[in-house]
Amino acid sequence: MIVAEQKPVEEIRQVISPYEKVLLLGCGTCMTVCGAGGEQDVSFLHSALRLALTRGGGGSHSFLEYTVKRQCDFEFLDLIKDKVKEVDAILSLGCGIGVQVVAERFPDILVLPGINTSFMGMAKEWGVWDERCAACGDCRLAETAGICPITRCTKGMLNGPCAGTKNGKCEANKEMDCAWVLIYKRLERLQQLDKIRRYYPPRNFRVIPRPRRIVKKAEITTGGNNA
Amino acid sequence: MPNSLFEEKLNSGEFLVTTEIGPPKGADVSEMIHHIDMLKDKVDAINVTDHQSSVMRFPSLGGCLLVKERGGEPILQVTCRDRNRLAIQADLLLAYSRGIRNVLCLTGDSVDVGDHKEAKPVFDLDSVQLLKLARTLESGRDLTGNELKGAPQFCLGASVHPEADFIEPQLVKFEKKVAAGAQFFQTQGIFDIASLRRFMQYASQFPVKILAGIIVLASAKMARYMNDNVPGIIVSQAVIDELASAEKGKGLQKGIEIAARLIKTIREENLCCGVHIMAVGNEKVVPDILEAAQLVGVHR
Repeated sequence: MIVAEQKPVEEIRQVISPYEKVLLLGCGTCMTVCGAGGEQDVSFLHSALRLALTRGGGGSHSFLEYTVKRQCDFEFLDLIKDKVKEVDAILSLGCGIGVQVVAERFPDILVLPGINTSFMGMAKEWGVWDERCAACGDCRLAETAGICPITRCTKGMLNGPCAGTKNGKCEANKEMDCAWVLIYKRLERLQQLDKIRRYYPPRNFRVIPRPRRIVKKAEITTGGNNA
Repeated sequence: MPNSLFEEKLNSGEFLVTTEIGPPKGADVSEMIHHIDMLKDKVDAINVTDHQSSVMRFPSLGGCLLVKERGGEPILQVTCRDRNRLAIQADLLLAYSRGIRNVLCLTGDSVDVGDHKEAKPVFDLDSVQLLKLARTLESGRDLTGNELKGAPQFCLGASVHPEADFIEPQLVKFEKKVAAGAQFFQTQGIFDIASLRRFMQYASQFPVKILAGIIVLASAKMARYMNDNVPGIIVSQAVIDELASAEKGKGLQKGIEIAARLIKTIREENLCCGVHIMAVGNEKVVPDILEAAQLVGVHR
């Protein structure tokens, strides 16, 4: 899933201050799971903004709240087309993708981000999310025992650990496990240490020229279920 | 034909001494030149560090040019932290064209430990890939196979960490570096001679020269600071206690004593082919260490 954090209320207040009527738009998928921009977070933000505006003065503002199932899909955005006509701006609590899809769907209205999109990761425990995938486009997890060195090694190295690892932790952050210590131990457990002994050539960054596009060739079948 | 004077010495069987100079933070190179002049005839080669600990400084390449100008034998440090494969290849071509033939290939410290923490870390390559890349250039081709007009030749080095607390993956990496073309290794700082003995017992099976890294510590406080903050450094408690036992103001003197004692032991036991002295800001005491280790007059 995509993991993100809501921007500070003060930053949001400033960015919406020129607009009288603002739609606070939540997202019902990843942003709900990571507690950054789901229905409940939209409601909390609404209260926080009202409070901040009451204290700070600064003109009259009103807000609409709505949370769609997914902001990253035109299909779900059709539901808000009437609400959009009523407001001067949209504050999207979707990830960076959501903000852009909303902007693309509604070209005549300003869409502002209320979220800092952080990474793709997992909930390690309640309230703790860890990055797991860098979307490098060239997955190597078969060679590294299911632990991604591109994401979890701070230098994204392919040929083993640097000398900065200490007590199993990374030189960049003493709280963070050294990916290569984890990889070595897991390969050892799986009796696959030959994989770490191989030479891996420089990465192919050509697989990720930005922006990327995938065009899936449709497989035409008869009587298939496309749902 | 050796590619450099240093390579010739590596193969001579002499006990070698290399050291390193940290370039200035700024354009005033007078102190660096002073250190080069002071050390160039006392050691076999001088490394110039490449933004050591990710702290922005005058570049290694610039420092190596100065070493060359002053008549010393430079070892260029190249890290992968700040330059992608295009920039690194270009720097290697420039270095070769200016007579800089010894290259220490390093991955480089994380940007997070330095003074420009918001910089974009590059790490397009790692140290093993960098060694291979240098060997590829020697073959007359660039990394993508395009022909070069004039191929460089290098004497290539790398680093290894014999005192790592989890040694096995470090040794895997060491072997990859050997296979990728490293001729010599400078170890991370050695503080416990027993770990060096263990490492050399293993490493002597490979056709490479090992220079034991000797870090000059000035106080117990500095040792503790390095343990907490400098990647790849593990100062043993015995050394910290010995530094702490020094009289007030005599910490550096004690550090010199410890360094000299290590060097003497390494030489007497013929443990490895030489030492690499890292004075981390105290370059001026390197001659004192050589004297205390009875290495004065051995060189040139």
